[in-house]
Amino acid sequence: MLRLEARPEPSRFWSLASPLLALVLTVVIGVLLFAALGKDPVRGLQVFFWEPVKSAYALGELTVKATPLLLIALGLAVCFRSNVWNIGAEGQFIVGAILAGGVALMAGKDTSRWIVLAVLLAGTVGGMLWASVTAALRDRFNANEILVSLMLVYVAEQLLFYLVFGPWKDPGGYNFPQTRTFEAVTQVPRLMAGSRVSIGVLIALAGVALLWIFLFRTRAGFAQQVGGLAPAAARYAGFSSRKALWLALLLSGGTAGLAGALEVAGPIGQLTPHVPAGYGFAAIIVAFVGRLHPVGMVFSAILMSMFYIGGELAQSRLGLPKSLTGVFQGLLLFTLLACDTLIAYRLRWRSSATQAKPSVAMASKKGAA
Amino acid sequence: MESYALLLAATLNAGTVLALAALGLLINEKAGIVNLGAEGMMLCAALAAFAAVVHSGSDTLGFLAGVGAAALLAAIFGVLVIWLNTNQYATGLALSLFGAGFSAFAGIGYVQEKLPERLHFTIPFLGDIPLLGPALFRQHPMVYLAIGLVAWLVWFLYRSRAGLVLRSVGESPESAHALGYPVRLIRLAAVVAGGALCGLAGAYLILVYTPLWVEGMVAGRGWIALALTTFATWRPARVLLGAYLFGGVTMLQFHLQGAGVDVATQFLTMLPYLATIVVLALISRNPTWIRVNMPASLGKPFHPGS
Repeated sequence: MLRLEARPEPSRFWSLASPLLALVLTVVIGVLLFAALGKDPVRGLQVFFWEPVKSAYALGELTVKATPLLLIALGLAVCFRSNVWNIGAEGQFIVGAILAGGVALMAGKDTSRWIVLAVLLAGTVGGMLWASVTAALRDRFNANEILVSLMLVYVAEQLLFYLVFGPWKDPGGYNFPQTRTFEAVTQVPRLMAGSRVSIGVLIALAGVALLWIFLFRTRAGFAQQVGGLAPAAARYAGFSSRKALWLALLLSGGTAGLAGALEVAGPIGQLTPHVPAGYGFAAIIVAFVGRLHPVGMVFSAILMSMFYIGGELAQSRLGLPKSLTGVFQGLLLFTLLACDTLIAYRLRWRSSATQAKPSVAMASKKGAA
Repeated sequence: MESYALLLAATLNAGTVLALAALGLLINEKAGIVNLGAEGMMLCAALAAFAAVVHSGSDTLGFLAGVGAAALLAAIFGVLVIWLNTNQYATGLALSLFGAGFSAFAGIGYVQEKLPERLHFTIPFLGDIPLLGPALFRQHPMVYLAIGLVAWLVWFLYRSRAGLVLRSVGESPESAHALGYPVRLIRLAAVVAGGALCGLAGAYLILVYTPLWVEGMVAGRGWIALALTTFATWRPARVLLGAYLFGGVTMLQFHLQGAGVDVATQFLTMLPYLATIVVLALISRNPTWIRVNMPASLGKPFHPGS
């Protein structure tokens, strides 16, 4: 019988190998899914894993989608490391987009190019404001941050709908629910001509470096994480859990809001009901698959971006629904959590005759995955 | 008057969806497990129920398909969380994300489908009372089943031996284990039962409440149901009360619109979510109250023998 046996210490090998194994399992299930739908699995794999990287243009598109995912995940990693369960990054992203859009709409033809800074700042502040509602309710009233932050996603969505269907609707927009297109001066500068990649990717990469320094090289970053790992130890050391809560939520709200600003003042260029693209939720998976590590999350953001583009291509090329993206994202998180068991436990074949030490053996009929 | 009777009827209807799911999550949480996957389970259950009715025309099969789909997902969640010791929050979240994606994907072919006419159920004599009759006694059987379920659950949890064992598994799994109870199997049973009820809620939502498949149609009701267990401080009767209260808030938006109140519809749609946040904050404000009522090992993993 297959048994789980506790390891004396967590396996370093499996903490790196588990995301890879999870990816392999996700791909295998994906292939089975394609076969079940009567589609050519090879074609499916091509659409998801080859087309998004095969040309310079494709790589640019991959970067465009990976940027917001990475930016949001960086903030969420701080949250999850300090045991603050912010599930509402999607709402913080939307409010960031709304505030950034509000500033962008104020710009005229001859507004200074520097307005971009105000747009990005407004987005960051918007995300922080939205996250601070969750922080305040958790801090003052002990309200569960998972539920509060999630409920606020639905509220933010309705707020966006209200604005684009109501007061901010473009009068010359043939009654479409959208604002007028932002002036060109509000456009986030692009890295090069011919690609939609903006300086957002540089901001995200700078964020990777900053987060690495904060988490592993500063006292504040250390204090932030101790509270998540050992609350009692943190109290004893005099680290404030209130401060950790606020810092985590403001940071993640800020990055989500900034991502929202970069989206509306970048690829989208106006506010529409389609601004929420699920980046806030996908970034949760990015954070986990990237091991809450700044560098790991770069890779997982690229992977998740491949799923996004693969879903769009599957729609146009294979006639499959775009929501395939969500299926793969969910599957990846599921298989990752299952594979992570291997970090703390070892799989052992055990014949029923030899008795394993009952103190460490974990009975399991199914084993991992 | 007429419109108030309609509002009452609609409130019971909307509240039943929340009550069924929240009662399921309550059973779950009494055993010490938080399942954040309610939203995903309800979405998959709604789709399964819808598909079953479209293909078979039988409501019974529809409800069974919904219950089965959600119970299956709950079982996967249960095995991951209870045997593989994965993080409950992360795994539940994965279930919700997967359920949303999968139901949207698999449901694409059902978007334009229509359901056959629903049967109305009338309690003899009582249903003929003016105003109150149609409001209270001409509902789908599931409305009354939800009320009956609360009564049974109160008896089960606080008066039966099995209920005592279930609660002990949520309060102190170590003691229950020491007494020789199969803690992990009991927890799995509670998780599957909770999933089945979430499935019933999802099936009711699509077969009775809004008989139309739309991507993401559960619209946060799974999360509101989760909030309801806290709101009710893990008491079945209060869950029912809370569910009707929230059902009323949901219905109020249509009522206000009908009454010609000059507020943008988006703000009315926000109401149930805002109400959830406000109520959650007010209830959680008293930490001792929450601590006394919350199952002591809620959300904590249990490793026998370590």
